[in-house]
Amino acid sequence: MALTVDHVSYIYDPDDPLSHKALDDISLTIPEGQFIGVIGHTGSGKSTLMQHLNGLVKATSGHIYFNGRDIDARDYDKKELRSKVGLVFQYPEHQLFEVDVFSDVCFGPKNLGLDREEAERRAGEALDRVGLPRELYDQSPFELSGGQKRRVAIAGVLAMQPEILILDEPTAGLDPKGRREILDQIKLLQAQTHMTILLVSHSMDDVAEYVDRIIVMNGGRILYDDIPRRIFRRYRELEKIGLGAPQVTYILHTLRESGLPVDTDITTIQEAADSILQAINTSPS
Amino acid sequence: MLRDITLGQYYQTESVIHRLDPRVKLAGTLLYIISLFLFENIAGYILAALFLALVIGLSHVPFKFMVRGMKAIMFLLLITVVFNLFLTPGETLVRLWKLTITREGLHNAVFMALRLCYLIIGSSIMTLTTTPNHLTDGMEKGLRPLKFFKVPVHEVAMIMSIALRFIPILLEETDKIMKAQIARGADFESGNLVKRAKAMVPLLVPLFISAFRRANDLAMAMEARCYHGGEGRTKMKPLVYRRRDRLAYLCILLYLTCKVAVGVLL
Repeated sequence: MALTVDHVSYIYDPDDPLSHKALDDISLTIPEGQFIGVIGHTGSGKSTLMQHLNGLVKATSGHIYFNGRDIDARDYDKKELRSKVGLVFQYPEHQLFEVDVFSDVCFGPKNLGLDREEAERRAGEALDRVGLPRELYDQSPFELSGGQKRRVAIAGVLAMQPEILILDEPTAGLDPKGRREILDQIKLLQAQTHMTILLVSHSMDDVAEYVDRIIVMNGGRILYDDIPRRIFRRYRELEKIGLGAPQVTYILHTLRESGLPVDTDITTIQEAADSILQAINTSPS
Repeated sequence: MLRDITLGQYYQTESVIHRLDPRVKLAGTLLYIISLFLFENIAGYILAALFLALVIGLSHVPFKFMVRGMKAIMFLLLITVVFNLFLTPGETLVRLWKLTITREGLHNAVFMALRLCYLIIGSSIMTLTTTPNHLTDGMEKGLRPLKFFKVPVHEVAMIMSIALRFIPILLEETDKIMKAQIARGADFESGNLVKRAKAMVPLLVPLFISAFRRANDLAMAMEARCYHGGEGRTKMKPLVYRRRDRLAYLCILLYLTCKVAVGVLL
C-alpha cells in the first residue's frame, strides 16, 4: 500500500514556448502510515504535485503508481483512486454547498455509491474525528466560524475513508489558535488511525513538530527529502530559498553559539525546553 | 480544465493599431460595419477587403487569430448561406430534388457570407488590438455626450470593466471548485441531462457564494478608497487624441468616401 512517483514532469501549456516546468523530474515514494510535510514556496510546484497524486492532473511525462498500478493506465478507475487518496484543497470551506453540515459531509461517501445508512455512519465518524460538536450538524455550513467550516470541509474528505490524506495548506488564513487546533487535530487523527498524511505548507513551524519526514520543494524540483532534524541542519541553505527553519532551531543555534551546550537538532518546543534546562543544570558556571 | 477558454482575446504586440486611441477604433469599427451594408457591388466589396487587409497588415496580429474568431460563428454563417441559397425566389439555376438554387439566391448567399466575414474580422481587429480596460475607457469618454440624456455612462463603463476583470478570476475559481468536488467523488461528465444539471449544484452554489463574497470585498475596497461615482473623478492616463489618431480618422473618412463614390458611380 504505497504511492510511488516515478520521474514525473509537468508543463502547463506545452505549446507555449514561454511556459516553464511546473514539476521537473520528481521521484519519491510514500510508504504506508507516514506523516509527511511538504514544504515550498508559492509556485514551487507543491500543489501541482499533490493534484497529480489523485489523478486530477495528468503528468506530462513520468508515471505514478498506487499500490503498484499506474494511475494513468486506461483501465484505472479514477473515482476509486480519489476515494483512496483524499485531497483537501486550500481554503476547502469554499467548496461547501449543502443546506446543513451533515449532508455536506455525506456528499463524498454518497458519490462512492454507498447507501444512505453507511454514508451517514461515515459522515458522523468523520465529523467526530475533526472534533466538530454534534449540535452543529444541522446548521448551515455558511453560518459556522472559519475554523469550523474548515473542519467540516476536511471531514467531507475524511468521510470517504481514504488511505492517504493530502492537506493543502490546511492552516491558511486561520488565526494562531485556529492553526494550532487544526494541526493538533490532524496529529491526533494520525495517531489514532495511522493514516498516511501529507501536510503541505509553506511554514516550517507548522510541520516541524508533527511530521516524520519533510520534502522541500523549490522551482518544481525536490530539494531535500529527509527527517526533520536533518533538514533543519541546513537552515542556512533553506534561508537562501526563503524558507528558513522553525523558530526553535534558531533559538537553539543562538544559545549554542553563546556557549550553552544544547542539542541543535531538536525540532519540537517541548524537547527544546528539556534540552535547555538540562544544559543549564549541567553546565559548570 | 478550463484553461482552454480564452475570453477578452487581446493579442499583445507592438503596432500602430494597438497604440491608437480606443475611441478611434470604436468609431472606425462602427463606421466600417455601416459601410458594409451601404452599397452592394463587387467593387465595393473589393474596396472593403483591401481596407481590411491594410488594417490587418498594420496591426501585426497573425491572421490565424482573426480566423479563430470566425469559428465561433461558423454555424450562424452556414445557416445564413443555406437559407439564402435555397429560399430566395428568382431565376432557377440548379434544381436538386425539391430544393432550387436561384441566381438571386446564390448572389445573396455569397454576399451575405462575405459581409458577415468582414464584419467579424473587422470587429475582432478591435478586440484583438485593444485591452478590455482601454476599450471601456474609450466607451466612457466617447459616449460622454449621452450624459446629457441622463444615461449613466460612467457607471455602465465601470460595471463593464469590473465584469471583464472578474471573468478570469471566476474562471479560475470554477476550475478550483470543480477539482475540489471531483476530489470528493463528484462526476460532472457522465449521465443524462437531468443528472448533469443536478451535478452542477455543488459547483454553482460555492461559485455564487464566492462571487458575492468577492463583490462585497470589492465594494468595501472601493468605498475605502472614497469611490463615489464618476463625478469629479480624474484619470491617471487620460485619453488624448494625437496626430496618429487624427490621421486614422482621415483614413477612415477617405475609405468611406471611396466606398460611397464606388457605390454611387458603379
